[in-house]
Amino acid sequence: MKHTLSVLVENRPGVLARVASLLARRGFNIHSLAVGPTSEPGMSRMTIVVDAPELEQVKKQLHKLVNVVRITELDPANSLEREIMLVRVAAPAGKRGEVLEIASIFKATAVDVGPSSMCFQISGTPAKINDFLDLVRPYGIVDLVKSGRIAMAREQKTKPGRLRAVN
Amino acid sequence: MSTITGAQALITALEHEGVDVVFGVPGGAILPAYDPLHESPIRHILARHEQGAGHMAEGYAWATGRVGVAMATSGPGATNLVTPLADALMDSVPLVAITGQVPTSSVGNDAFQEAYTTGITMPATKHNYFVTDVDEIAQVVREAFHIASTGRPGPVLIDLPKNVLNATTTWRDPGAVSLAGYKPTVEGHPRRVKEAVELITEAQRPVLYVGGGIIKANAAAELRRFAEVTNVPVTTTLMGRGAFPDDHRLALGMPGMHGTYTAITALQKADLLIAIGVRFDDRVTGKVETFAPHAKVIHVDVDPAEIGKVRTPDVPIVGDARRVLGQLLEAWAGRETPDRQPWLDTIAAWKRDFPLRYDQRPDGPIKPQFVIEELYRLTGGDATLVAGVGQHQMWASQFWRFSDPRRWINSGGLGTMGFAIPAAIGAKVGRPDDLVYAIDGDGSFQMTFQELITAADEGIPIKVAVFNNQSYGMVTQWQKLFYGGRLSASVLGDGVDYVKVAEGLGCVGFRAETPDEVAPTLEKSLAVDDRPVVVELVVDPDEMVFPMVPAGASNDEVILGPDDLGRSS
Ligand SMILES: Cc1ncc(C[n+]2csc(CCOP(=O)(O)OP(=O)(O)O)c2C)c(N)n1
Ligand SMILES: [Mg+2]
Repeated sequence: MKHTLSVLVENRPGVLARVASLLARRGFNIHSLAVGPTSEPGMSRMTIVVDAPELEQVKKQLHKLVNVVRITELDPANSLEREIMLVRVAAPAGKRGEVLEIASIFKATAVDVGPSSMCFQISGTPAKINDFLDLVRPYGIVDLVKSGRIAMAREQKTKPGRLRAVN
Repeated sequence: MSTITGAQALITALEHEGVDVVFGVPGGAILPAYDPLHESPIRHILARHEQGAGHMAEGYAWATGRVGVAMATSGPGATNLVTPLADALMDSVPLVAITGQVPTSSVGNDAFQEAYTTGITMPATKHNYFVTDVDEIAQVVREAFHIASTGRPGPVLIDLPKNVLNATTTWRDPGAVSLAGYKPTVEGHPRRVKEAVELITEAQRPVLYVGGGIIKANAAAELRRFAEVTNVPVTTTLMGRGAFPDDHRLALGMPGMHGTYTAITALQKADLLIAIGVRFDDRVTGKVETFAPHAKVIHVDVDPAEIGKVRTPDVPIVGDARRVLGQLLEAWAGRETPDRQPWLDTIAAWKRDFPLRYDQRPDGPIKPQFVIEELYRLTGGDATLVAGVGQHQMWASQFWRFSDPRRWINSGGLGTMGFAIPAAIGAKVGRPDDLVYAIDGDGSFQMTFQELITAADEGIPIKVAVFNNQSYGMVTQWQKLFYGGRLSASVLGDGVDYVKVAEGLGCVGFRAETPDEVAPTLEKSLAVDDRPVVVELVVDPDEMVFPMVPAGASNDEVILGPDDLGRSS
């Protein structure tokens, strides 16, 4: 089962290797991993999609890394998940219109056009990107690159029931 | 403010951490550090192999509870340290390893004696550092000692390029450590503590299953008080021998693959396990699915990742064993001590009917168990035992009656042959007034006996009993039991004269070949106090360790002895 983890790490040399090595050593599969700096100086955020039957051990093992500061498991229903993809689709002159039409529905931007193919940039939820891919696949995919998923929790809407419980 | 070199900063930082001894081997990249070390009050003990240095640091840490320090050069020096680091990680031994590295300008160029030390040791350490800025040395050393010694202890490595050691800086005390991602929980959650006490009150057949965590947390006194007020019997794992006195009425002995019938069976029949500082290791549980099948579990550990890793507990308590035992004692206060008579009677009957046993004939070969019992008798048990890995290790653990923590030192998790001699040296350095006796196998001895040179040279009078069964006995035992008796690559033969080896290395050597020679020979060894002693005991090569639960089998299938072999297969 796939889980999305948002992991705040100290931005130290080797921190990516530590995280990757730990997950490999404990037998957890990394589906995707995206990393970049945050607004806090010295801190980076990793969004890791792991394939593991049970997440508790993954989280606890990651926590043992000294450079790992905070781990949040993101529930897909309550979080924003985004990917970016560059995909080069085989589109000789005669097919361009059709392909561009699909692209415009998905708000994919043509970023490079050659004699036999067009390259699109698309960002959005993993589902949207996969849908787009399914539709252009029949034309022939020449090349494809994905960023790996990034994700962030939505602002918590407090349920009235919850409030009462607190009071 | 005067300027100092990185190397001087390193040694000053070690002095500030209270380090009194470093075990190591010098070489090119670490040479700058050896220069100020020469002037320092810190004692350096020159091991003859970096693996030896690492195990010495481990033995020192086991015996004293303080952080052991090992030092090595880059490349082969660092790779030779990998085994002790992995050993220390498995057994939660606080260690700081310092390695030299090629200059930063050469890193990545396959320079002479370059190895990617931090990469190689990443999965063998609790944490490691590659220092590129000389101004960070003091801070890194402070952090390394903090990480090694707090929470679940473990090894930390600091890799120092030669140019960083040679660069100049000014000394500044780094102050208290604050690490955003490292804040061990020591205090148990009060609600969980209360739940635990409720479970203990309700239990009819509780067992305290305790291990190395009690020793690491210095919690033996609290454990004993708690066991007594709750009247709960105690089993101590291989890592926890000495955490509870073996001659106590509530002691069950060791659980697991070569545990006592009583301990194994008590766990199987228990309705509650109070597991403290243990990790449900496969050598204890056997087949996990059938381990302690009727028991609810309270699991106390300072490492949250151990809780629920193997067995999901009913009451998880993250915290330091000593603190949590203190909390449990407080929460228990005022309750009556249950008499638990039916349960304790059942246990007493198992102890009576299924004791550890062996058969020493006066005219037969020396039985290894007999040697352990004789040594116990002659020393009154007033010694620290340090074991190698194999049958002799199991016999030492089974037949010695431990009464204090930190006086049983062995390689439990990694099972590192060659551990005994260097670890005994480290233990003796840490507690010079204690009698330190290594119980070694001939195979284990042959892996690190060069460290006897260190012991002789540095005047560290350890004793080493070599159980010479002319084989990798534990391997032959498995081959006899599970591989049709085909002794593939496990017979060592009688080609070594251990007395001569000992003498050749500057130690005293004795040999006992018959049962009646055992006591006088051991006595002779005890009389020597100015040099290391090696005692070769020519023991029965056919003796096997029992009880035994075969690997992966259920703990309901204990094989009690050779006459019991047909039963379970
Ligand atoms: C470094 C290392 N290599 C191999 C093994 C596998 N092994 C486990 S026990 C054993 C034999 C130990 O022989 P010895 O030290 O003579 O002890 P005995 O069992 O004979 O008492 C071996 C080879 C190990 N534990 N450690
Ligand atoms: Mg042997």
